Amino acid sequence: MNTIVITIIALCAIGIISAIILYFVAQKFKVEEDPRIDIVEGLLPGANCGGCGYPGCRGLAEAAVKADSLDNILCPVGGAESMKKIAAALGREVVEQAPKIAVVKCNGSCENRPRLNRYDGARSCAIEHSLYIGDTACAYGCLGCGDCVAACPFDAIHMSPATGLPEVSDEKCVACGACVKACPRNIIELRNKGPKDRRVFVSCVNKDKGAVARKACKVACIGCMKCAKECPFEAITVENNLAYIDYNKCRLCRKCVTVCPTGAIHEVNFPPRKVNPETPKTTVTANAKPAPVSQPVSSVPGNSETGEKKETV
Amino acid sequence: MLKTFKIGGIHPPENKLTSGGKIQKLPVPEQVIIPLGQHIGAPASPVVKKGDAVKAGQLIGQATGFVSANVHSSVSGTVTAVESRPDAAGLLKPCIVIQVEGDEWVPEVDLSEKIERHTDLPKEEIIKAISAAGIVGMGGATFPTQVKLSPPPGSKAEILIINGVECEPYLTADHRIMLERGEEILIGVQLLMKAIEVKKAVIGIENNKRDAIEHLQSLAAGMNGIEICPLKVKYPQGGEKQLIQAITKRAVPSGALPIAVGAVVQNVGTALAVYEAVLKRKPLVERVVTVTGKSVKNPGNFLCRIGTPIAEVIKAAGGPPEDTAKVIGGGPMMGRAIFNIDSPLMKGSSGILLLNEKEGERKPCKNCIRCTKCVSVCPMGLEPYLLMKLSQYNLLERMEEEKVMDCIECGSCSFTCPADRPLLDYIRLGKARTGMMIRNRKK
Amino acid sequence: MNNLVISPSPHIHSGDSIEKNMYGVLIALIPAFICSVLFFGWNALVLTLTSVIACLIFEFLIQKYLLKKQTSIWDGSALITGVLLAFNVPSSLPVWIMILGALAAIGIGKMSFGGLGCNIFNPALVGRVFLLISFPVQMTTWPVAHTQIVEPTFPQTYVNVVSENSTDAISGATPLALLKIVVKNNTEISKAKVALTKADKELAEGTKTAAEVAELKTKLEQEIQAAQISQQKAKADLPTALELFVGQNPGSFGEVSALALLLGLLFMLARRVITWHIPITIFITVFVFAGILHLCNPEQFISPVYQLLSGGLMLGAIFMATDYVTSPMAVKGMIIYSVGIGLLTVIIRNFGAYPEGMSFAILIMNGFTPLINRYCKPKRFA
Repeated sequence: MNTIVITIIALCAIGIISAIILYFVAQKFKVEEDPRIDIVEGLLPGANCGGCGYPGCRGLAEAAVKADSLDNILCPVGGAESMKKIAAALGREVVEQAPKIAVVKCNGSCENRPRLNRYDGARSCAIEHSLYIGDTACAYGCLGCGDCVAACPFDAIHMSPATGLPEVSDEKCVACGACVKACPRNIIELRNKGPKDRRVFVSCVNKDKGAVARKACKVACIGCMKCAKECPFEAITVENNLAYIDYNKCRLCRKCVTVCPTGAIHEVNFPPRKVNPETPKTTVTANAKPAPVSQPVSSVPGNSETGEKKETV
Repeated sequence: MLKTFKIGGIHPPENKLTSGGKIQKLPVPEQVIIPLGQHIGAPASPVVKKGDAVKAGQLIGQATGFVSANVHSSVSGTVTAVESRPDAAGLLKPCIVIQVEGDEWVPEVDLSEKIERHTDLPKEEIIKAISAAGIVGMGGATFPTQVKLSPPPGSKAEILIINGVECEPYLTADHRIMLERGEEILIGVQLLMKAIEVKKAVIGIENNKRDAIEHLQSLAAGMNGIEICPLKVKYPQGGEKQLIQAITKRAVPSGALPIAVGAVVQNVGTALAVYEAVLKRKPLVERVVTVTGKSVKNPGNFLCRIGTPIAEVIKAAGGPPEDTAKVIGGGPMMGRAIFNIDSPLMKGSSGILLLNEKEGERKPCKNCIRCTKCVSVCPMGLEPYLLMKLSQYNLLERMEEEKVMDCIECGSCSFTCPADRPLLDYIRLGKARTGMMIRNRKK
Repeated sequence: MNNLVISPSPHIHSGDSIEKNMYGVLIALIPAFICSVLFFGWNALVLTLTSVIACLIFEFLIQKYLLKKQTSIWDGSALITGVLLAFNVPSSLPVWIMILGALAAIGIGKMSFGGLGCNIFNPALVGRVFLLISFPVQMTTWPVAHTQIVEPTFPQTYVNVVSENSTDAISGATPLALLKIVVKNNTEISKAKVALTKADKELAEGTKTAAEVAELKTKLEQEIQAAQISQQKAKADLPTALELFVGQNPGSFGEVSALALLLGLLFMLARRVITWHIPITIFITVFVFAGILHLCNPEQFISPVYQLLSGGLMLGAIFMATDYVTSPMAVKGMIIYSVGIGLLTVIIRNFGAYPEGMSFAILIMNGFTPLINRYCKPKRFA
């Protein structure tokens, strides 16, 4: 009996003494913090994924409270909704940002870009890039070691076994930009996701002269200017032998795709074009089924009229 | 008890297949490609244009800036192009391409065999001649020599250390020139001593080159202040800091240059080039290259013109063997794998090594078992296992704390690792990134 | 000359491998294994095989089906864990307990951290301590080592499994347990002697009658006698230092011969599998610390030679404390770690409840290893 009583009293005493010590320590070393940080942190998903580029949700909250505007701060998981709430809590404006997605701008698969040597170092694009040109003759293209895959916190990017190039999943990608930072050759770009995930982009970053680029890779951009001349919206610029489509100006008419001599310009998620240009009407009806679009959607290569209506979709 | 550096070090198999082979003169090729950036620092700017006729020894690239070096034509002929050509790593670099016609030298170059001995020249004249001849560190670092010979204000050189260590396996170029051009090297050393105003020079040679040690010792007997120091065989003794410690017992502090302990280090090849530049007025247009490998038919040491395509040099040694998997510019520990064998030889190319699939094999990386072998062999006392992890997680501040910038990239850690981890690959990447971070901070 | 292989330097490798190091340790364990079979008979062999096979199977299953990665059971690390775990149990241990121990060692001690190279604690010791806490009776029933080779009663251990009866093995106390008895009796005798003098004094003062005192005296004298007998018996059972060294040491069967273990150490040092720092520092620390205690009070604290040669100290210092994964990386760290192990071992042995302290000492210092690594850096170049 005595033992039990003594034990209880001793334990209670230890508990009380510890509590007092802890209280005084907490008082003494208290860190004054902006209470808004806690509020903002509460509004975030709390996954601590790091996709925003800050160390966890609290990191983003601290940055959001400290910064003057929320322009460059985005929680990729909560998206615009969370940011709106945060803006409201902090009494700030948030600019509505069009949803974006990571786009891999290289199409140098094994058929398109012959392998000239075998890289046998550590499996890291950064290391391969710093060592030499890479296993092809293209000094700009994808190295295929998967630094982007390792960097993705959302499992949204994977190496395709068929092409050896990374592929981004439309559903999973939240455009956090981790892969963009990880890629030593700056192949990946965050571009507008586009209506119905439809996008047109130049899938090449090779700045070499046309002949050199073409020799290294069949589908390289050779800077021939055809697309820039064709574009009705002046969305395409060619600099250093490389075309670039400004996604804010592009209206997805796809004319550039048809004129590109190397096929370096890609369109994604568009319904298939008519295969046979001689019988346009039948194919339109045939196409209407798989593509849930009311207008005639596809254009025959060279047929420049239908394309412009596209971005109303 | 022979001298050596204190911590770490490894003993890779020496494989010096060509140490007995005399230096052979490689015939002048049909075409040379001379890169304008063969040194650390800014590339030279071309002073010739397409169609110009040039003679061997003529200046074709002018140094731009303080850390830069002149480039000379190594052949006589016509300039066919001034354009970008892929280097050994496949990257485009500015080059001058010359079609060879005959072998005519600029008149002031003394091509006779006679050894000039009048070293009694003023300091400025020696440095000027070195600078004009475009001499760079011949051990592979290719740092412009005249910069190394002009110590920053406030520091004073006390000792000149000549690196005849050649600790890389396979390579024998330095060994052969010490045997065959010993006297010229010693005269070059005297010139270097004059240039930095020191009374003492020590030539460090590893003990596996007994013949070179004895040869130079007998030659140096009559010269004042030159001493030959045999060293215990241990890699990486040729590292600047390691060599200084082995010879003088002084340790260069972290982040400092050798001049901080009063030492200037030069390669034996550089000493020879200095002799030729100052007393023979011959710019740096040729060098001795070891072409070797276990399956190479006629491995040997070749005196080659700078700009000779690597493929030609390999051909001279009997052509590439069937089983060649890797061609390496330099030694197996620190050399760079060559992607494009049509790229030219440069001032810093000390060897061409052809490895077969088995020798150059890299086994798959396994988990670190923390066996401490990398720590025990690191000559700088770093923790490679930790630096690799930090580099993988990109923790640059922590890498700086762990002294990654002291890493000399000798490769002892990767060589030793029983788990076949690519330690140096990641450390090198982390070091480059940390260096960038430090430079950005200073701005 | 197409398809050249490109990689960063260095382009050559020493040829050293995990397997070479691990099998080096295994070879070093062979003398101790032979000794244990000689002294404990087939049981030792059966238990070692059981443990090794169980470790390999568990490692394979976990790697293949739980971690879903490439299996690497032949890298030798699971083999070492199996052998060391078996060396740390009494030879009379039922086989099924051995298998449980292997599961704890591989499952909890190694794979839950991510496999080879990731574990914080020595897997074999995790298994051993798991068994010691879960099956204290079986784990402390020590069969006496035979001086002659036992007749091949091969399936003995399996019989034990069925009958749940291991009494037919002759059990004896380990030297360290015997020493505890000696020390305990020492204190009892001195207590009784004090009581005797007190009784005498009381008689002289006249506070107690002669009859009372006489009764008390006989009682006390009997106690002293009993204690002395027990002590003598324990002392007689105690092997001499030489016997310990060569190997007549009841206890876990890997500990049986210090000589065999030292042979293993020499082999590993010669092959450069390990460096001398950890084992030698532990030996020195234990010897010095136990020596100081012994000089202070030889009655209570046994001689340092005995401490060194008995129990699992040799096995622990040579094969467990030197485990690559769980020991510090820098020389300075290794020294701190081994001094810690030495001190903790002597403290647990002399003042703790357990007669044996090596495994706990190593596990505790394993826990400190990351901290030691953080603050003990190798000697830098400058």
